[in-house]
Formats: sequence, C-alpha cells, structure tokens
Amino acid sequence: MDLRALESLPSDVERVAIDAVLGPEPAVPSASWSSAQGRRHLLLPALHAAQARVGFVSPGALGYICQRLEVAPAEGFGVASFYALFALGVRPPVALHVCDDIACKAAGVDHLIDGLTREVSASAEHAWHRSPCLGLCEQAPAALYTRAGDPPVERGLGRLTLERAIAALRTGPIAVEPAPALPQRGESGLRLLVRVGHVDPSSLDDYRAHGGYRALRRALEIGPAGVLRELADSGLLGRGGALFPTGRKWEAVARATTRPRYVVCNADESEPGTFKDRVLMEQDPYALVEAMTIAGVTVGAERGFIYLRAEYPLAAERLTHAVAQARLRGLLGDDVLGRGARFEIEIRRGAGAYVCGEETALLASIEGHRGEPRSKPPFPVEVGLFGKPTVINNVETLCNVPFIVEHGASAYRSVGTAGSPGTRLFCVSGRVEQPGVYELAMGVTLGELIARAGGVIGGGAPAAVLLGGAAGSFVGKASLDLRLSFEDTKRQGVTLGSGVVLVLDDSVPLEPILARIAAFFRDESCGQCVPCRVGTVRQEELITRLAKRQPAGSLAGELGLLRELGQVMRDASICGLGQTASSAIESAVERLGAFREGEP
Amino acid sequence: MTVRLPLAPARALELSIDGRTVSVPEGASLLDACRQLGIDVPTLCHAPNLTPVNVCRVCVVEVEGARTLVPSCSRRAEAGMVVKTDSERVRLARRLVMELLASSVDLSTAPEASSFVERFGARPDRFGPPAPAAERGERERRQPGHHAAPRPGAAETVAQPVKLDNPLFVRDLGKCMLCYKCVEACGADAQNTFAIAVAGRGFDARISTELDVPLPDSACVFCGNCIGVCPTGALMFQSEHQLRAAGQWDEAQQSQTDTVCSYCGVGCVITLHAQGGRIVKATSPHDSEVTGGHLCIKGRFGWGFVRSRD
Repeated sequence: MDLRALESLPSDVERVAIDAVLGPEPAVPSASWSSAQGRRHLLLPALHAAQARVGFVSPGALGYICQRLEVAPAEGFGVASFYALFALGVRPPVALHVCDDIACKAAGVDHLIDGLTREVSASAEHAWHRSPCLGLCEQAPAALYTRAGDPPVERGLGRLTLERAIAALRTGPIAVEPAPALPQRGESGLRLLVRVGHVDPSSLDDYRAHGGYRALRRALEIGPAGVLRELADSGLLGRGGALFPTGRKWEAVARATTRPRYVVCNADESEPGTFKDRVLMEQDPYALVEAMTIAGVTVGAERGFIYLRAEYPLAAERLTHAVAQARLRGLLGDDVLGRGARFEIEIRRGAGAYVCGEETALLASIEGHRGEPRSKPPFPVEVGLFGKPTVINNVETLCNVPFIVEHGASAYRSVGTAGSPGTRLFCVSGRVEQPGVYELAMGVTLGELIARAGGVIGGGAPAAVLLGGAAGSFVGKASLDLRLSFEDTKRQGVTLGSGVVLVLDDSVPLEPILARIAAFFRDESCGQCVPCRVGTVRQEELITRLAKRQPAGSLAGELGLLRELGQVMRDASICGLGQTASSAIESAVERLGAFREGEP
Repeated sequence: MTVRLPLAPARALELSIDGRTVSVPEGASLLDACRQLGIDVPTLCHAPNLTPVNVCRVCVVEVEGARTLVPSCSRRAEAGMVVKTDSERVRLARRLVMELLASSVDLSTAPEASSFVERFGARPDRFGPPAPAAERGERERRQPGHHAAPRPGAAETVAQPVKLDNPLFVRDLGKCMLCYKCVEACGADAQNTFAIAVAGRGFDARISTELDVPLPDSACVFCGNCIGVCPTGALMFQSEHQLRAAGQWDEAQQSQTDTVCSYCGVGCVITLHAQGGRIVKATSPHDSEVTGGHLCIKGRFGWGFVRSRD
C-alpha cells in the first residue's frame, strides 16, 4: 500500500490534542504496518480530540491522524464525513445543536427555532444547528451546547427558551446541569431505578452502601455456569428492541472456541423519544460498570467497550469517573475483586449517527470504519468486535443482570408477565404532566402508564401515542387498554422497541410529526443499500406531497405507493433502520387516518 | 519445490430452490446454488472477482422462515433451506429497487441495469419528474444529518456535473449507483491503493477521494481498475467519453482483440476495443488467471504508441 499523505499540516494545538489520544509521535516511523492497523480503532477518539480542540476537523488534523494511524486519507475522510457531529469545514468554536425532533416538536421547539433564525446571524464565534433527538425528551425542548477549547465544554440543555439559547450562544450556558425528572424517586419495588436519585453517582462507596457490587461477588461465587443458568431461567429479553434472550447470547460467547472475546455495551441510545439509558448512566453509572464486569467474568472476556452516543456528555463524564474509580479499587483490572479474573472497560463515543445503534454498525464504528451495518449471519456472538465472539447488550438489558444474579431468576420473574418477565423502563414524553422514565412491571396498560405520568396536560385525552420511537408505531386512544408486554404488543402488531411512549394531544398536529420522522430516516440512512438509501428519500417526498395535499394522481394511489415502499424497505434493507423506516408512518395512516383529513 | 496438495473436497449440502433440490459444496452462496440450477438471479453490485457487499439488493430471494428477504450473493447456502427466487415478495422488491435506482441515477450507459428496469416492469416515473441537478460541489458540501426539504412534486436524483480532472478517465457521479465495486477494486480486492472510499451518508453518500481532491492530487495510480468494474459507465475512459459526447460511440462497429500486454513480463491478457481502426479502450477478462480482470496504468491506458509514427 502506497499511502499518500494530505499536504496540510495540523496546528500545534491540534497536534497536542491528537497526541494526547494517540501518544507522542515516535521518532522513527513504525516499520510495522500491522501494528498501526491494529490502532485504527483510535480513529474516532482522535477525530473527537481534534474537533473538541478547535471546533472542527481541519485538513491538517485529518491528515495527521491518518498518517499516525496509517489509514488511507480517503478512508479517513470517508469515516469522518459519515458522522453528523464532525465538521470538516471551518466552524466557529461554539455550537448549539437544537433538537427539532418529535418530542421537542411536541413541546413547541419550532417557535424557538424561528426565533433563532430571526435573531442569531452567522458569526465567527458561534453557530447553531438543527439536531435529531438528543435524548433529553423529558426536558424538551432541548439542545446540546459545545465549546471547543482546552478544556472543551459540552453540556445538554433542557427546558430551553429562546432567551436561554441566545444567552448560551453568546456567553455560555448557565452552570447548572439539566435536572432529570425522576418522578418515581422514593418509590418501593424499583429494581433498575432503585438507586436513582438516592445514590451519589460519583461515589463508589455510596454505590456499595446502596447494595452495589453484591451481584459481582455473587457471580464470582456461583461461577459462569451459575450466572448463565440464572440468566437463562430469568427469561430476560434484550431491551434494545430485538427481544433476543440475553442468556442465550451470553452462553454462545461463553462456549465459543476462540479468544479474545469482548463485551460491548450499546449505549448509543438514539431512537427518537428514548432517554432511559441516559438516566441510568448519569444517575447510577456504577451499576453499568458492575453489570459489564459480570458479563466479562461470565463469558470469559477481558475487555469491554461502552459505545456511548456523543450527545450524552454528562453520562460520558460520570461513566469515565466510575470506570476509573472501579479500576483504582480493584473492581476492574488484572485481578477483579482479588479473584484472578481480568476485565477492563473502555468508553468510546459515537459522533452523531443513529444507525450506529444497530449492533454491526456499532462494532464497525468502534473499529474505526464507517458505521455501516452488515448482513447477519454471522451474528456478533460468532463474528463480533475485531472479528471475535462478542456479547453486545443494551444498557437497560445489562442493568437487569445484577438483580438477577443477586436475587435469582425466580425473584426476577415475580413481576411481569410469563412472556415478559421483570420490569421495563418507559420513556414517557410529549403532552403529559410529568414526563420522565418510569419503571413498571411488564403488562401495565398504556392508560395506566399515562396516568402515572400525570395524564395528558390539562386533563385532556391523548390523540395519538407513539410506541417504540420513530421505528415503532402509533396507536390511538382506542389502545389505552393495551397491555405493555412483549406478547401483547406483538399481538397488536406494535412494538415496545426502546420503551418510548410519546403522547400527543389535539394541540400537536400529527402530520408535521410524521414529516419529521420521514426526514429523520432520510438523514440517518447509512446509504449502503438501495431500498433504504433511496426509499427513505422517496418516502419523505411522498409525505411532503400528502401533507401539502398535492398527491401525484389519486390519494389511494399515493397511499398504495407508500405501502409498497414500506414493504420493500422492510423486506430488502440490510438492517433494522431501513426495515422500520416506514413503520410509524404506515401505522399513522392505517390507525389514525393521517393525510385523509379534508378528503371526501 | 513445494508440492501443492489438493484441498480436501468441501462437503456437499442439499437445499431446495423453487421446488427443485440442489446439492452444492459447503460455503457456496445461494447465488451459486441458483446458477447451478440455471436460475437467472439478477445482480448489480456482485462481481466474480470482488468480495460481495450485498448493497444493491436486486439479488434478494425468499428463504422460508426468514423475517426478511436475503441477498443471495452473500448468504451462504445451508442444508435444508427452502428458497424461492420468484415469489410475489421477491418480484416486488426487485421491481421497486430498480424503480428507486432508475429514478435517482442516470442508467443511460448501464445496459444491464436498464435491462432489469424492463425485465421487472419497473416504472421509475411513479416518483415524479426528476429534480434539477445539483451544482458543482453542492453534493460534496452536504453535512450528514441535515438536508434541504424536498422540492414539492420532484424526485431527487444524484445528477451533477461530470468530474474531468485528468486526461485518462472521467467520473460522472450522476451515473453512480454506489455499488462499491470501484472502492473494492481500488482497495484490498485488487489494487491496494485506497485512493477512493465512500464518503458522506445516506442519499448524499458518494465515492470520493480524501476531501474531494482531484484524482491527480490523490493517491490514485490510474490503474483504471475502477473503470474495469464499474457497471454503469460512471467511470469511463476519456476516449469513450469524448466519442460519446460527439455522438460517435458505436459498439456495433467495434472489434475486440485479446492480446498480451507488451510492457512487462507478467503477461497480462488485455482485450483491445477498437473502432474505426483506433483503440478506444482496454479491458481484461475477469476470469483471466493472470489479471483477474485487473490491469495497471500501462496496460489500461498505454496504447497511444500503437499509432505513433516513430
């Protein structure tokens, strides 16, 4: 391979920032190509470091990173230009990413954006951008503030007003963290949220005082076989949306004949309307660290990765601290709890790509490639991270494990339904009095859940509820009796997905929400396969025609075309993104009669 | 001297395709199995000399028990599989995939893809008239995660000005269906140059050099192997591009002569395409044991001397 370097050079500050990730440049260039190839996984961390220092990835920084990692510049550019949060042209140091996605739209963010368009002009100091869902839906409208520098500043801003947005752009955000809504704080019977709001998220001692690390101790006592048995008996199903039995996944990796093996936590929570994992990671970060350690010692993995979406700076900060504390206290490292097991955790941040929540895309992203999913089989339990057997689980799934290990499968199954044991985190947002994360036993009805969230604002009735996020489906008020379990929702042809329950009332017009969902999938398609790459564009064009009441031909013909597009995206796309890109829109047409208003 | 031992014969496995039983060696793809039965499964991004990327989705087939259709080019045959290659679902997917492609990409120099449009009865005009072409550099400037609102009543396309930045070949990305073949040929499947990669995301994804620099400023070594695998004419010899522009390209009048490249001792088989007594392009058969279809700059482009008087 004859690599040709980019001609621009990095500035001194960029070089220092990049070297902080990659180590100092060796005096003698590495003679071994394979050793550098083994560091390609540092591509994203290095790009992040460059951008965090000056606000964008300059040609010099990109070239230097590619040279250091011996990645072809065209490939490095291909990777950097894949992610929404990397800017490859000059950008001002301060950026405000304002969420205009569905939950924030329901909270009236469009007015705020109109105000920003009117009152903030382009400047060399700051810029604002529209953003897909930032996972701060219970505090909608929301934004992500970033300021490049040393040190850089990143902060999520909730309950945003035009005044606060302008003030943040001009003088920086006020120094308070967005207060998460913890509506169930103090309730008994909680499992996943039991410590949330009580435990000091920065204190390992406090975590232990609240029962932390008992499960890991127990896992080491009963051994991998014992953990796998409890997990299988618990009936725990993956909470990322695919409902795969977690026990079977772990067992497949534990039985693999190859090493090394990896544990990966999917913390790329990007499904519009989803914020449960963020609350867990921000409020109880050690729980995830402990759960991953249990996974590591059980399946025989010595390294774990948390792939965290870039839009969660507070979670990144708290998890980084938690991992460091656990390492310091012998709960990670070469000799976990003095029992001879070795386990390490690294945190990797995404860079603005919903598709990286798809497990194979996520693995590709960690490896330093474009976040493009691949066909399965083979599944990650056989061919996963760096081609090795890998357990990859969602945050909520992993956080169920300590309870199961500590209390046993039968205790775990004491709540929930036969087909959906345990509790579930529901992300309730939109037009309800008390939006937030709710942990309830599986099988609770939709109506009960909305009532728990204080009901619809002003005591009205829900007009539509989006279950499972943009990849989920809409139901109407006729579905308030729907039991929220895997089996009941499946029977109704809907999905719980990532636990999204976005409630809309008559004050929120449905069609702009559908248009936003169509735009979201068009933006987030990775672009590999034709059905998704072009299908999401055609779907958005179609929705635009329908919303303007300008169908090409008859409405029935257009709706037929929409269904055909939906079926082919579902049938022929490589991954779940394309396969679900029409789901919410089609459900709104079928169940709620969307786009038919005003028709004869 | 090392003696090459014959590989152990792969185990055979049996599956059913369209009601017929077929036995294939372990490791064979569903596409291999279909072809063994003489079933004509269409492909666009698949090439015998490249790793399957299964992105065009025109080769999808229905496998009993699978939730979605599966790409036959990359899915391995398994014992006992029951496969349908011509079901209602498969036909709809193929037709719509061609409608999506033909409505967004200029297929005028892509004979095979155009034949699929006909064969599957695709009607790309169902999505409306094409939106105006992008201006030069516009697609390159797009930031992932953002896009302009759709133009009402028009179907967006990848139409854009042709890139003319070197004397040997042109890049007409308005004809690019993003099959990844050129990236593979430039990279680990043949040339190991890595001058081009897919950049951007979604509908704005494109084949690009680093920072979109012109080819002569990139790592490109002008082997032309990307042209050799391009199924749509998005990558085209300057000679062909100019003859086409002048309305003089006429394949019916062309001869093809297989010969051995005269430059070095490797002995690459090259096929010289001539029209009106002039060489207009050079290719190599992809089943050639020497080249696997790939050449270098000399074999691909270095035939000007043939008409030199010196």
